[in-house]
Amino acid sequence: MLEIKNLKVSLEEEDKQILNGVDLTVNAGKVHAIMGPNGSGKSTLSYVLSGRDGYEVTDGSAHLLGEDILDMEPEERAAAGLFLAFQYPVEIPGVGNMTFLRTAVNGQRKARGQEEMSAADFLKQVRAKAKSLKIDADMLKRPVNVGFSGGEKKRNEILQMAMLEPKMCILDETDSGLDVDAMKLVAEGVNALRDEGRAFLVITHYQRLLDHIKPDLVHIMADGRIVKTGGPELALEVENNGYADILAEVM
Amino acid sequence: MALAQTKITATQERLNALRLSQSGWSASARADAHGRVIAMGLPVRRDEYWKYTRPDELTSPNVINAEVSAEDNTSIFGSLDCLSIVFEDGIFNAEKSDKLEDAEITLELLSEVNDLDIHWATGLYGVLETKGQAPVDRPLAALNTAFAREGLLMHVKGTVAKPISLIYLQNSDNDDVMLHHIIKMDKGASVTILESGPVGARCNIVMEAEIEDGASLNHVRAQGRNHERRATTHLFARLNKKSQLKSFTLTMNGALTRNEAFIEICGDDSVAHIAGASVGDGAFHHDDTVFIIHDALRGESRQVFKKVLRNGATGVFQGKILVKPDAQKTDGYQISQSLLLDDDSQFLAKPELEIYADDVVCSHGSTSGAIDEEAIFYLNSRGIPKVEATNLLTLAFLAEALSEVEDEDIAEVMERRLEDWLTRRL
Repeated sequence: MLEIKNLKVSLEEEDKQILNGVDLTVNAGKVHAIMGPNGSGKSTLSYVLSGRDGYEVTDGSAHLLGEDILDMEPEERAAAGLFLAFQYPVEIPGVGNMTFLRTAVNGQRKARGQEEMSAADFLKQVRAKAKSLKIDADMLKRPVNVGFSGGEKKRNEILQMAMLEPKMCILDETDSGLDVDAMKLVAEGVNALRDEGRAFLVITHYQRLLDHIKPDLVHIMADGRIVKTGGPELALEVENNGYADILAEVM
Repeated sequence: MALAQTKITATQERLNALRLSQSGWSASARADAHGRVIAMGLPVRRDEYWKYTRPDELTSPNVINAEVSAEDNTSIFGSLDCLSIVFEDGIFNAEKSDKLEDAEITLELLSEVNDLDIHWATGLYGVLETKGQAPVDRPLAALNTAFAREGLLMHVKGTVAKPISLIYLQNSDNDDVMLHHIIKMDKGASVTILESGPVGARCNIVMEAEIEDGASLNHVRAQGRNHERRATTHLFARLNKKSQLKSFTLTMNGALTRNEAFIEICGDDSVAHIAGASVGDGAFHHDDTVFIIHDALRGESRQVFKKVLRNGATGVFQGKILVKPDAQKTDGYQISQSLLLDDDSQFLAKPELEIYADDVVCSHGSTSGAIDEEAIFYLNSRGIPKVEATNLLTLAFLAEALSEVEDEDIAEVMERRLEDWLTRRL
């Protein structure tokens, strides 16, 4: 599904390398988690993969379903099946949530040469999916993320994911700012989307999200590299002992 | 203060190119206005309220050229159920117009009644314009009062069901059109007046509205899209008790547009909203100059102006709220914002508040900004391409102004026109 090889990235504005050769392969149907101390490059990896400006890839490659995504525009990557759930979802005053969702769904369909979804089908789908995420009609009508609580914003990200049905989902600290109940709700939303044809990369600081979204593999990232990979027990180790032991061992 | 000789000369040159009508009921108002123009002189760049907008092309005695645009010669409001009144190059066209008959409104043409000795509009023609000459001169409005030969005199007696749609078509490439409309709203009357179309290569339109107790005037206009046209408009309105005025202007293109509003709230509990959305590309200069006077209790006023500018376009906003000593509990709001789509465009704003009452709420804000790159990336990452994302954010920016249009059908027509403009331009 996602194949990252020796990815090296620096910030465009300063001559500072942030990713120092990331190697990562995520297969279809799998959930991978990435943990790591602050500043280890986790969020940068998610931004680079989704095509945000401001980063320069100096070496390496990233392929999604065999396609080189690093030369694509962000919207092309989305149409190819990539989705990033933002750590800080952006507020867009004046653009209704429904209009936004519909433009996005149809934008991707158009890019893939599919027909637009009819207004009736779209409404039906949105309502059903919103309901399971406890997103009420009012939230669908309001401008995108404007005045939403932290939990509402994250649920709205999952709703977008559910509507866009991407192949490769990257969740950037989706648990940050969530209380236990909200986290469960978000995790349920993610679990409902798990299937053979879809993969997840879950970036998180805390093991507790992984109690709800069970990963197949856990990677520890440090200094812009993946330094250790293991099973779910690796997350428990981090939770109990912090990163110090692991880092001392590998670096 | 004596006028500068250059101003006197320029004014005289302009006046020499015009002929003053001396017959009928309006003759003395015209003579007065003519005198005011000479006393004030036509505007020059050095005048305080013209420092952001070059008035030369509006005052010049020379012919201005603006090629007729076939596309622009259809009314944006054509799909709505209206009573249409068509002016072609500033002259009424009976064939293209609906019958000027409605039980709740009397409609007369200035050109047809001008020579009568007595007319109900005598007490109104040029009256609000004259009052609007202080504290700031508006010589182009006085020029209009003196010389306009055409216009609609509307006496609204009750609730007029269909909007009155004034459609201004252009057939000549170099017409100089002056129109002067009078709206007399009886107590409790209500009407929607629409204006649309290219008007002429150069136009000067004045509208004077006397709004009696409990009456409601809804005014929506869409200005011509011809890139070469020059326009100056003035809306003068006086609001009596519990009355309401809502005026919205959509402007796309045009080389030069100056829209002035002078609104006096002199009856208690009245509401005046003046709003505008404008989008311009390249050689586009758009100026909104608004003056709202609160001279009664519990008045509410809103000024909401949004401008989208690109490729070196210029937007100007001069807005003032004046609250007189006895206008307690006034609620005044003013916002002017521009979205600059590149580094070459500019927005010049001069918000003013002058408050003499002590128990009022008045707020104002003015901003200039570029499109939000974070938001663009967010939309892109969801599969919405850059152009579409920019359009979406641009429409979102204009939404607050557009929401001032209460009638949903009218608002939708405007929004579609804006979408159309954006998809063709961006």
